[in-house]
Amino acid sequence: MDRREFLKTAVLASVSSVMPLHSWAASTSSAASNKKLVIVLLRGAVDGLSVVVPVGDRDYYAARPNIAIPQPKAQGGAIDLDGYFALNPALAPMMDLWNGKKLAFVHACGSPDPTRSHFDAQDYMESGEPGVKSASTGWLDRLLQTLPENNSPVRAINFGPTIPRIFSGCNNVANVSVARKIGGQVGDHQVTDRPELAQMFGQIYKDDPMLAGTFSEGITARKTILTDLAQASPEDQQEMEAANRGAAPPQAAFGKQVATLLLKEPNTQVAFIAFGGWDTHVNQGSEKGQLANKLSALGTGLADFYRTLGSNGDNVTTLVMSEFGRTAHENGNRGTDHGHGNVMWLIGGGVRGGKVYGKWNGLSNAALYENRDVPVTTDFRSVVSAVLRGPMQIADVAKIFPGFEYDPRLENVVKA
Amino acid sequence: MKMNRLIVTISALSVLLLPALAQSQSRQSAQTRPRTQVPPTDAQVMHVLNRLTFGPRPGDVEAVKKMGITAFIETQLHPESIPQAQEVTTYVQSHESLSMSPPQLFIAFGRPVQQAVGAAALQKQGNTDDAQNEVLKVAKKKYGQVIEDFSCEHIARAEYSPRQLEEVMTDFWFNHFNVSKDKGLDHVWVGAFEDQAIRPNALGHFRDLLEATAHHPAMLFYLDNWQNSAPGSAPILQGKKGKQIASGINENYARELMELHTLGVDGGYTQQDVIALAHILTGLGLPSRRDYRTMGDASRVTYVFNERRHDFSTKNFLGRSVPGSGEREIEYALDVLAAAPQTAHHISYKLVQYFVADDPPPAAVNACAQTFQRTNGDIKAVLRTLFSRPEFWDPQNDNSKFKSPQRYLISTLRASQVSPQQGRPLLGFLVQTGEPLYGCLTPDGYKNTKDAWLNPDGLLKRISLATAISTGRLPAAMGQQADPRQVMDAIGKEVKPKTMATIAQAPQNMQSALLLGSPEFMRY
Repeated sequence: MDRREFLKTAVLASVSSVMPLHSWAASTSSAASNKKLVIVLLRGAVDGLSVVVPVGDRDYYAARPNIAIPQPKAQGGAIDLDGYFALNPALAPMMDLWNGKKLAFVHACGSPDPTRSHFDAQDYMESGEPGVKSASTGWLDRLLQTLPENNSPVRAINFGPTIPRIFSGCNNVANVSVARKIGGQVGDHQVTDRPELAQMFGQIYKDDPMLAGTFSEGITARKTILTDLAQASPEDQQEMEAANRGAAPPQAAFGKQVATLLLKEPNTQVAFIAFGGWDTHVNQGSEKGQLANKLSALGTGLADFYRTLGSNGDNVTTLVMSEFGRTAHENGNRGTDHGHGNVMWLIGGGVRGGKVYGKWNGLSNAALYENRDVPVTTDFRSVVSAVLRGPMQIADVAKIFPGFEYDPRLENVVKA
Repeated sequence: MKMNRLIVTISALSVLLLPALAQSQSRQSAQTRPRTQVPPTDAQVMHVLNRLTFGPRPGDVEAVKKMGITAFIETQLHPESIPQAQEVTTYVQSHESLSMSPPQLFIAFGRPVQQAVGAAALQKQGNTDDAQNEVLKVAKKKYGQVIEDFSCEHIARAEYSPRQLEEVMTDFWFNHFNVSKDKGLDHVWVGAFEDQAIRPNALGHFRDLLEATAHHPAMLFYLDNWQNSAPGSAPILQGKKGKQIASGINENYARELMELHTLGVDGGYTQQDVIALAHILTGLGLPSRRDYRTMGDASRVTYVFNERRHDFSTKNFLGRSVPGSGEREIEYALDVLAAAPQTAHHISYKLVQYFVADDPPPAAVNACAQTFQRTNGDIKAVLRTLFSRPEFWDPQNDNSKFKSPQRYLISTLRASQVSPQQGRPLLGFLVQTGEPLYGCLTPDGYKNTKDAWLNPDGLLKRISLATAISTGRLPAAMGQQADPRQVMDAIGKEVKPKTMATIAQAPQNMQSALLLGSPEFMRY
């Protein structure tokens, strides 16, 4: 019986018989199943040069007369990382992770495909096959195919109302909304939470070739998530309610919410969340302004995420990526246009943190791609492959990135 | 939303559409398959209603059968021949904001918030001022109201307008030329963009759509072209104190104009073409304070072409030399883009995907592209070709497309005849299912494929909506129940006998919910 069949027949069974609830620590059936991967995709192309700033490069300040992040010692200056690179001060909440050697960056990283189309570039980053329009599955789906099966309806979780390209394929994905009160009564009631109505609709869905599987996945995943979140501590509940009222922007609130869910869900192996609004063509700002505001929220969220996970965070690797970088030079409107290479972020106990990796050629005109962009000197798939082979303990990454030869030098970004 | 229902439902289609029958037997319609001789099957009637409208209402199947499929299609292609529904005209007439020009909308709703926010920020540095806070509160409320007015207009038209194909094509083109309410001033302009740039051209000529969208303030603001100016030209002055903002090239609109609006991402242009087009587009922007003062009736000035901010050098664009001539360069570039065969193919591909199947049959795409080129982008002609294609009528494509949340919502309202007195619960449903109205942040617009919308959580939310609407529990429509016989009349032909047999055994108060929440009704 394949999983779809299993879920179909399980739809009306009680949740506890489908998926016994136990804490993360109790789930020790297999070491690999404890490993979790969280992908954060910044849609719209974040300006990597404003995230990990080459403050040691004079060309950087020449290229950006109005929007450069000031030198570390100046007012509102960047936070020194290694004497050459420095972190946007809006990301200060992440410095604990950096100092704890759990945060690393790979600069001049990205997709080898030269497209400057957001949509093509995101598509390639999610299919894991740059330049191949016909690629059918997403690389997280292929990863699920490779990870040990645990038959959990929440094995893969997507935070957001629709399923992204990166999950395209045959594996089930549960989707939950972030920054709304999950598991509460207000506005989150589903009629199918009532067993007799779930059964009634189950009758008319069970034979539908297109929708039977989706329906039963929805019923089982929802039961599981509701049960777990109902057990969340009053503080966590309060946190979620605060987010629901708009007390904090979603990016800042997601950390605690997602961590709470992962702590309750031993069987979740892969989680995905996307944030938009990084396409800063106009008035990008520097250490303050629209980009800094967004980075601040994201940095707070990521720091909260690992703080909430505590020691469990050692088994969770987070990758933050974006479809391409932005032009080295600012444009006429104190913004930046679509570029090429970017910076990739790695977080977790399995990361050799406290270091900026990647081959960096500087920002002189000769070093730039097409005289305008940071070049891509590291294929993003090499970084992902290193994480999959290291912390995620996957031996054969060729199944996830078929035909791709990863750069073995990247293996030093993670622990063996 | 005050959509006070008049009972014009069953009779509306048959009575209102019949006068247009006479002119419908045009040369082109004779080319469609001869459905007028043989009475159409139920499946064919359902299919044409599903694809050309936002879903059948009670009585629609009978009305289309009576008039014939060919006549129905030809009538829908001529919306001006169909009298508008009372619900729509009443709604539009009773909301002043809907007839305002973009500058009027800015003055009435945009500027007060800007000023009140600015004043409140100043106050924060000194003493808080209750009167000032009150001004801000009022301004923000009006700001929220204007988008709700336009959103409810959109829903009212989609639900009630008998010119259904016009609304369906408005949905198609809006997403093709997407702008988002969540980017600054587009909050007050996005509805006007739909009403002024999109709907009037939805069944017209593609070149006119391109012209209207390129010059509408909502687009000029959304894709930043208002700031795109010749390097070294005089900066734009903003605000009372004339705060300068930098000037120079901004590629944003130039890129999306080729990638999304015309040629398509594989249309063969290069980064150099993007830059050249950005230079051609310099100077096309929004009126400044000074423009308002010097141009007379400011309420009519929706865009300006500022020669002092235009780059008059010669450009090399798509292999053509374009000498600097000012605004004529922009018209020339739009002509070139609209006439390109890649554009004909790109638009045809999207139309066939929208109307036929997620994976568009190439033969239908090619036939539409040929018509597009032959007629210089006559949208009616392209649709006539599309609706006469065997691929469109292939039974394999019946009930095969998965509805977007918006289509699901509208089709449910149409079939159930439930009429909420406020838009908020409906708009909230769209937010929760990932398709907030006017809220697609990225310029590619919402997709209309199963891959984009089919997911477990979204499916359960639809079922919850269907149940709330059917059982009189939808906020703002409390107590209005959907009569299962009426729902049956509207969509019964869509539902498989086996599903129907199960529903027949269900408690009567759940039958409408099961019909509207059935797997068949998730599709169209």
